Amino acid sequence: MGNKQTIFTDEQFEAYQDCTFFTRKEILQLHGRFHELAPHLVPLDYTNQPDIRLPLALIVSMPELKENPFRNRIVEVFSEDGQGNLSFNDFVDMFSALCETAPRELKTIYAFKIYDFNVDNFLCKEDLEKTLNRLTKGELTPEEVNLVCSKAMEEADLDGDSKLSFSDFENMISKAPDFLR
Amino acid sequence: MPSQKKNDIAIRMEDVGIEIDGELDSGSEGKNRKAKASPRAGGRNGKPATTEDEEEEEDQDEAPRKRARKKKASAQDSEEEEEEDDRSAKRKGTKAAGRKKKAVKEEEEEEEEEKRGKKKKGGKGDAKGKGGKEKGSGKDKKKENGNSSSSGESGDEDSLSEGEMASLKEEVEEKKKLIATLRNKPWRMKRRLKLLKECQAFVEEFEGALGKGKGRKLYAYKVMMAKKMIKFNRDFDNFKTACIPWERKIKEVESHFGSSVASYFIFLRWMYGLNLVLFAFMFGLVVLPEVMMGLPYGSIPRKTVPRAEQDRAMDISVLLDFGGYCKYSILFYGFYNDERTIGVLQFRLPLSYLLVGVGIFGYSLMVVIRTMARNSDEGGDGGDDGQFTFAFKMFTSWDYLIGNPETADNKYASITTSFKESIVDEQENQKDENIHLRRFLRVLANFLILCSLGGSGFLIYFVVKRSQEFANLDQDELSWFEKNEVEFVMSLLGLVCPPLFETIAELEEYHPRIALKWQLGRIFALFLGNLYTFLFALFDEVNAKLEKEKSIRNATIWGLNEYYSNYSSYHNTTDIPPPDIHPADVIRGPCWETAVGIEFVKLTVSDIQVTYMTILIGDFLRAMIVRFLNYCWCWDLEAGFPSYGEFDISGNVLGLIFNQGMIWMGAFYAPGLVGLNVLRLLTSMYYQCWAVMSCNVPHERVFKASKSNNFYMGLLLLVLFLSLLPVVYTIMTLPPSFDCGPFSGREQMYNVVMETIENDLPAFIGNIFTYATNPGLILPAVLLMVLAIYYLNATSKNYQNANLELKKKMQMARDEEKNRRNNKENTNQVMQDLEDLLPNRSLLPPAAAEEKPPLEIVREKGSKPPKVAKRPGAAANGKGVNIQKDVSLAAPNPKAAVTHPPGPRGPSGNARGPPPGPARGRGRGTPPSRR
Repeated sequence: MGNKQTIFTDEQFEAYQDCTFFTRKEILQLHGRFHELAPHLVPLDYTNQPDIRLPLALIVSMPELKENPFRNRIVEVFSEDGQGNLSFNDFVDMFSALCETAPRELKTIYAFKIYDFNVDNFLCKEDLEKTLNRLTKGELTPEEVNLVCSKAMEEADLDGDSKLSFSDFENMISKAPDFLR
Repeated sequence: MPSQKKNDIAIRMEDVGIEIDGELDSGSEGKNRKAKASPRAGGRNGKPATTEDEEEEEDQDEAPRKRARKKKASAQDSEEEEEEDDRSAKRKGTKAAGRKKKAVKEEEEEEEEEKRGKKKKGGKGDAKGKGGKEKGSGKDKKKENGNSSSSGESGDEDSLSEGEMASLKEEVEEKKKLIATLRNKPWRMKRRLKLLKECQAFVEEFEGALGKGKGRKLYAYKVMMAKKMIKFNRDFDNFKTACIPWERKIKEVESHFGSSVASYFIFLRWMYGLNLVLFAFMFGLVVLPEVMMGLPYGSIPRKTVPRAEQDRAMDISVLLDFGGYCKYSILFYGFYNDERTIGVLQFRLPLSYLLVGVGIFGYSLMVVIRTMARNSDEGGDGGDDGQFTFAFKMFTSWDYLIGNPETADNKYASITTSFKESIVDEQENQKDENIHLRRFLRVLANFLILCSLGGSGFLIYFVVKRSQEFANLDQDELSWFEKNEVEFVMSLLGLVCPPLFETIAELEEYHPRIALKWQLGRIFALFLGNLYTFLFALFDEVNAKLEKEKSIRNATIWGLNEYYSNYSSYHNTTDIPPPDIHPADVIRGPCWETAVGIEFVKLTVSDIQVTYMTILIGDFLRAMIVRFLNYCWCWDLEAGFPSYGEFDISGNVLGLIFNQGMIWMGAFYAPGLVGLNVLRLLTSMYYQCWAVMSCNVPHERVFKASKSNNFYMGLLLLVLFLSLLPVVYTIMTLPPSFDCGPFSGREQMYNVVMETIENDLPAFIGNIFTYATNPGLILPAVLLMVLAIYYLNATSKNYQNANLELKKKMQMARDEEKNRRNNKENTNQVMQDLEDLLPNRSLLPPAAAEEKPPLEIVREKGSKPPKVAKRPGAAANGKGVNIQKDVSLAAPNPKAAVTHPPGPRGPSGNARGPPPGPARGRGRGTPPSRR
């Protein structure tokens, strides 16, 4: 117990618990993980909220993300500077959005951000191609990629502007049996 | 700045308290209200526009205190002075009159201050360290509020009108709601934390001011209790999560094998929880009372090993067959005594036994159905099949829980294959030779499986018949195999058939998820057949035992009568002592209930053995051989033929389900079975986790569990129902044994309930029961239920239709809207949130975008650059939306922000974006214009 008090104050715990889907124990575990990533950078004592950011390369090496084809995008989306440097706040935020209790709507928003490779708030064809190539490790031929992307676009694009807006995406995802499962 | 702030706050806090003092000192009853208002007054006086005012504010705040103490007007701004004068005049006037009341007031005031103090310091339960910052932001909020509501007329602020009150209350409620839903908002953590603090401070600040007069104290109390409640709930939730076992283990498995394998372990854990509750019932209400208060072993015949068996009662072979001491122990039905009440507590054991036996079913049914209902409202509406094949594959096929390179490789491969498959499907949609072939193959597969099911059914039937023949022979002449033939054959079938089905199912080429369901269904049918054949065999045995029992019973009664008549004629007396026979020597019936219980326990144990041995040999040994013989073998064992085993989800799940069915059926006849099962589940959790992690490889086609969890539950429900039938049948129709078990000596088991109603409950309840059991009443009741079901069914269909209709309408409306605002700007909240997630936007004031609709920007983009430049935040906010089309406009930086990938833009973004400190200030400073 004594150990807990030194990492966060009770208020911080309360605040984090209000802002995320985590319990006290989980927040502590998260801090442990964050600390593990860079023991020399991250202090054990977070009561004064030090502003420390870990670079993308470190975060991506976590086992949770290591195998994910979108790991870089995930980290970039959740980092405040957009380059993948995560402060502890961003770190908690990331896992809160990814955890299973987070509501569908929230996940949808972040999923959209993740797939939006060029950060223009639309999923255009290049985004889809990138997504596809990451999913298949580039095993598909360019023609196949092209076909799949245009098919997917055709299916999901309701307004016919040949790019997916968020509402297109939301509409599509809301019908997906696999999303969130 | 922070230090200064803290300072400021400290002073403020003092100030607020003291000001109340001053007011109350002088106040009459009517002034109570004023006192309430005064803390706000302090805030309102300082009318800050920017953060620069901080210093000045401090002075202002200090001012009233000085005045209150020393009556020295420290003039800072004229308005304030005026007001102060007004106040002091009042004070003077009332002072003389108020003298008398002062004492009373003082008390009141003390209480008030206490409350205030509590709110300030302990209100948040343990808000101490955070206090500083939070208070600071709270003040600012307050100022903002004051500004908006009565910025101009600070002279008459000491009365808070009803309308203001209401609006304030509303706002507080709003903030509370925001706090509750904050975690669902897609905002940056920093912004969230900040908002949270603001809201909390705001709520804290004003909540207390809301009640009035006498109600105020109560209100404050209520608020405090509500906070305590929240805190308690949260702690309780924390506790609950801490109590869920094996979370990490399951996650580990999940990351290695995907969610489908993990779903088995989650199911296992759920089952463990259920069994723990059942065990608590059984143990607490039946076993424990019998042990504590019932007669000890050896006191009566049913609790004693018969003389004939005593020599071998401790032999290990006998004990392993659950004979000997095991048979006459607390584990089985026969041990329990039929005394109506036992012990000093007058515990009605037979009644409790019956109720627990039925209650176990009731509870299980309730839990299963509740879980199913809960599972079914999660998840989307299934989706219109075929509409989004590619899009779904692209966006939802990755399993984010995978953390193992091997699994990930498999997943990549399976995704690629599935894409290729879909492409091929898409290209050759018209060709249907394939489909014919596939149909043919599927029919063939089903035919084959039906054949093997029939074959296994016949085999079991044959074996059961043979075992009945064996049962007529002398037990000692039979070999071990002949004695255990039924169990052996059943286990063998359970071992051989599922892989056979799997092989046959390859013909069908279903998606693995669908294939899993088919496989589950088929094995389910197999197991069910086995189980019911077993049951019928058991019933035959029970009937035979009942016959035998009848003759023994007659013989016993006859013997007893003989004894009595002999005794009375010999001793010539009527009070005859009971025959003095050692309990071990008494002749007794076969006690079919215990026999049934033993059968179930044996079956469960052999099931456990088979399962564990299969894992040990089929997985562990195979893995060992493949791993180590690979060094000296002619072909590659790891990649080639034997390879490592995959985790057999369907087999394991069904094994678990059927095991549970066995427990449900057997628990009534063997109370110890539930405890045994708890042990089994506990060990198998660790054992299987270990086995799966050390000797299995992930599936070749990794797939997600999807909703099959409810499928498991459905199967479980079916098994529950099927195991309910025989138990209820025996309870309702078969007569219990006359010399063993809690119901001995009664015609039917449920007579216990009747007895209780007659003897222990008041007469009128008995009457009610007689009426209730009258067929004239039951028939209408059944009719009513049927009608209700029909009605509910009809309504649910209607709702479904309405739902569909609404969905269509929504879709149409959506399309229409889309077409209308095609390529136009988006003003909706979600879009703004999306905007906000662009790098470095988190702390920009949310108001900015609202203030200036992005549309405007679009139109004015070229012509009015200054306007955009004035508000970089708003510009950036608007920019992101439409920047794709109009790259050339407005401020240079935002443009860079969107057209390039985020990488190189970083430094410039940082330079442009306001550094955290000032941003915070601004964020708070701007909102006034919003309200």
